[in-house]
Amino acid sequence: MAEFIAYLIAGIATGAIYALAAIGFTLVWQTSQTINFAQGEFVMLPAVLVLLAIKLFGAPIWLGALIGIAAFILIFGAGFKLAVVDPMIKHGVLPLAIATMALSIIMKEGAKDAFSAEAQNFPSFVPTQTISVFGASISLQHLAIIIVAFAVIGLLQWFVGGTRLGRQMQATAQNPTVARILGIPVERMVLLTFVINAALAVVASALISPIYLAKFSNGEVIGLFAFIAAIVGGFNQVRGALVGGLVVGIVDSMAAAYISTSYRLAVPLVLLVVIILLKPEGLMGRKEERRV
Amino acid sequence: MGQVLEVSNIHKAFGGIKAVNGVSFAVQEGEILGIIGPNGCGKSTLFNCILGQLEPSEGSVKLDGRDVTGMRPSDLNRLGVSRTFQLLQVFPELSVRENLILAGQEHEGTMLSRFFGRRDAGLSEKADTMIGFFKLGHLVDAKAGGLSYGQQKLLDAAMAFMAGPRLVLLDEPAGGVNLTMLGDLKERLRAINAEQGATFVVIEHNMDFVMSLCTRVVVLAEGKVLAEGTPAEVRANPQVVEAYLGH
Amino acid sequence: MTAPATHGAATERRGLALPSSIDGTLVTLVLGAAILWFAPAGMGRYGTYVLSLWLVMSIAVMGLNLTLGYAGLKSLAQAAFMGLGAYATALLTSKLGLNWYAAFAISGLLTFAVGLVLGFPALRVQAHYLAFVTLAFSTLIWLILRNEQWLTGGVFGLSNIPRPSFLSVKLDGALEFHRFVVVVTFILAAALWWMIRSPWGRAFMALRENPVRAASLGVDTRMYTLLAFAIGSAYAGFAGALYAPLVEFIDPSPFSLSQSFFLLLMVVAGGSGYLLGPFIGALLGVVLPEWLRVVGSLYLIVFATIVMLLLIACPQGVSGLIERGWAKLTGKAGGR
Repeated sequence: MAEFIAYLIAGIATGAIYALAAIGFTLVWQTSQTINFAQGEFVMLPAVLVLLAIKLFGAPIWLGALIGIAAFILIFGAGFKLAVVDPMIKHGVLPLAIATMALSIIMKEGAKDAFSAEAQNFPSFVPTQTISVFGASISLQHLAIIIVAFAVIGLLQWFVGGTRLGRQMQATAQNPTVARILGIPVERMVLLTFVINAALAVVASALISPIYLAKFSNGEVIGLFAFIAAIVGGFNQVRGALVGGLVVGIVDSMAAAYISTSYRLAVPLVLLVVIILLKPEGLMGRKEERRV
Repeated sequence: MGQVLEVSNIHKAFGGIKAVNGVSFAVQEGEILGIIGPNGCGKSTLFNCILGQLEPSEGSVKLDGRDVTGMRPSDLNRLGVSRTFQLLQVFPELSVRENLILAGQEHEGTMLSRFFGRRDAGLSEKADTMIGFFKLGHLVDAKAGGLSYGQQKLLDAAMAFMAGPRLVLLDEPAGGVNLTMLGDLKERLRAINAEQGATFVVIEHNMDFVMSLCTRVVVLAEGKVLAEGTPAEVRANPQVVEAYLGH
Repeated sequence: MTAPATHGAATERRGLALPSSIDGTLVTLVLGAAILWFAPAGMGRYGTYVLSLWLVMSIAVMGLNLTLGYAGLKSLAQAAFMGLGAYATALLTSKLGLNWYAAFAISGLLTFAVGLVLGFPALRVQAHYLAFVTLAFSTLIWLILRNEQWLTGGVFGLSNIPRPSFLSVKLDGALEFHRFVVVVTFILAAALWWMIRSPWGRAFMALRENPVRAASLGVDTRMYTLLAFAIGSAYAGFAGALYAPLVEFIDPSPFSLSQSFFLLLMVVAGGSGYLLGPFIGALLGVVLPEWLRVVGSLYLIVFATIVMLLLIACPQGVSGLIERGWAKLTGKAGGR
C-alpha cells in the first residue's frame, strides 16, 4: 500500500506536467485550429535554452533562467504565431500541421547540434529528499511539482473565468466568429493563447527537467503524452486536458511499476485507442455534432 | 401519384436549443414543394436531418414507404435522393466536367469497374449534355474554382441532377444568383421536373422565386409547421403574413 | 434527358492540356526508368546503392502522397508500416527461407490489412483522429521492434537478409539489384498512375476537397478514405520489402516516429498531390544528404527549414514551383 501511494504521487506529479502541456495544446487548437506536433519540443527546449544561456554567457543561474525563458516565450509564443501560423493557416489546417512537424525536427536537431546530444543535469529548486507520510516515502520534488502545477492551472482558471481579458479569450476559443461580432479583438486573443502556451511549456519544462534531465529527444515522449492527455480528457476542454493529463500520468506510473518497464509507453497508447473506440469525445468532452 | 417522401415528427436539439420541434410533411411524386420561414426557423437543420447529415433526436423519414432515418448520405444518394447546400459546394480544383463526372460515377458499376474501367466512367458525354443544359457549355474544361458565383451555383445544381435523381432537395438555390441567371435556373428546374418527373423540395428566401416555381408551400416558424398550402393560400394566410411575409 | 445536347457537342474540346500532362507523367516514368537502368555505370557500389535507396524511399513517399496528397489524410506511421514490411520480409526470407516474391506480397497484404484495422475506428470519429491513432501505432511498433529480441533482434537488428533472384539470375550484385529495384518501382508507380486517373482518383481528390459534398453525391467516403489509407500503407510495406534486401541489415532506428514525420516532409517538399512529387521529395530528403556528407546532421535542419519556407511560399512544393515556372515560360495560366 505504501508503495502504491508513492507511485500514485509520482503519477500525479508527472500527470500534472502532461496536463500543463495538454492545456496549452488544447488552447492553441481551439483558437487557431493549430495541431501543434512540436508541443513536446516546446517543453523540451526552455530547459535547454536556460542551460545554453548559462554555458554561453557564463551567466549566473537566475540570469540564465531569465534569458532562456524570455527568449523562449518571445520566439515560441509570439514568434511561432506570427511567423509560422499566420502565413500558413490561409493554406489550410493540413499544411500548418505539417509545418509544426518540420518545426519539431528543427527544434530537436537544433538542440542536439547547438547544445548537446547527451542528457544534462538541470538544477532542482527543491532538495532531492523523500519524506515519510503514513509509511510511504514521498519525494519532495514530486510534491513541489504537484503544488506548482496546480497553482499554475488554478491561476489560469482564475484568469479565464475571473478576468475580463480571460473571458474574452475564452469566447474567442469557443467561437471566433461570434467573438469578432461582439467586438473582441480576436487576433490579439489568439496571440495571447500562444503566449500562454509558451509560458505553460516553460513551467512544464522547469518542473520536468530536474527529474528527466535536459535532453534534445525528451520532447518525443512528452509530446506523445500531451496528445494522449488532450484526447483522453476531451479535445475541446481545458478541464478535460487536466483530467486527461492526470489519468495518463497515473496510468504511466502504475504501468511502469506493475506491468513492464519496457512496455510502460504502450499502456497509455492502449488507453488512447480504447478511448477512441468507446468514448471518442473524451472523458470530459461533449459529443460534437457533425456540422455541414 | 404516389408519396415519395414522408417526414414524421422530426425533432432536433443542439444542447438546449430546439432547432426543429416536431415537423411533419409529405411530398407527392412530381411536385415542387417549397419550404419557407424566417431565418433560424430550422429549415437547413431539417434538411440535414432528412438527408442523414444529422441524426434527428426523434421522428422518422420514409422514402417510398421505407424507413431511411439516419441512413448515411452516400447511401441515400444512391437511392436517388440528391441535394444542394446553402453554401456553395463544388470541387474547386477539379474542372467543370470532372465535377459532373464525380457526381455521376458512383451510380455506375462497382468499385472494381471504377478502378479498371474507363477514366470518365463513360460519363463525359452525359456531363457535357448536362452542362450544356445549364448553359455553361463553354466552361466544361475550366476549373470550377475559377467560375463566377452564379456559374458555380448553376454547376452545383447540375451536379445534383447528374445521376438522374427522383427526389432533389435544394437549399437556397437562388441565393446570391443574379436576375438573369435566376430566370435560367427556374426554367431549367421546371424543365427537369416536367421532362423527368423529378420531385423537388426547395428551401428559399426569395419569395418571388418560390411562389412562381413551387406547386405547394410549407411554412416553418420556430421549428414547427405554421401553415401549408398552395402559394396563393399561403400568401393569404394571416398567420404567415404576421410571422414572415409581413417583414 | 431530352434537353438539347447541342451545347455539349458544340463545345470546343480544350481538354488537350489535361490528357497531355497525364501522359507526360507516364512518359516521364518510362524515360526515368530507362535512364535509371543505365545510370549507375561508373558510379561504383556506393553510388548505385544511393540511387536504389532513393527509389525505395520514393515508393514509401508515393504511398504517403496517396494518403496525404490525394485523399488529405494525416498518417504519422508511414515509417512504421515500412518497418513492418521490412521486418516481415527479412524474417520470412532469412528465417523461414521463403521466396522474396511471396514475402513481398505478404508484406503488402499485411500492411494493407493493418491499415484497415487502424483506419476504421479512427475515421469513424473524425479525419484528424487518424493522426493520433497512427502516432500511437508508430510508437507501439517501435517498442515491439526494440523489445522483442527473440523475434526482431532488438537494437541489434536482423542481418544477413538475402537478396532475391529473378528467374535464374542472382541479384546479389549492386547493379543487378538496382535494376530490379528500378523495375519494381516502375510497376508500383505505374499502378498508382492508373489509380489516380481512374474514378478512384477523382473520388480521393473529392475527399480532400470536400468530404461532405462528396458523400451527398454518392461517394462512399468511409470506403474511399479507408482504401486511400490502406493502399498508401501497403506501399510503405512494399518499400520495406525492398529496403530489407537492399541494405541487408535492419534495426529499429529508420522506422521511428521522427522518420514518419520526415517522410511527410518529403511528400510536401516534392509536391503533395503530384504523382512525380515523391521522387523529388525523396531526392531532397535521401539522396542530397548522402552527397552533402560535409553538412552532417545540420542537413535535417536545413531540409526542415526549406519545407517550412515552401509551405509559406508554395504549398504545392517543388512540383508546384516547376509548374509555376513552366506556366510563366509558356505564358499559360498556372495552378494545379
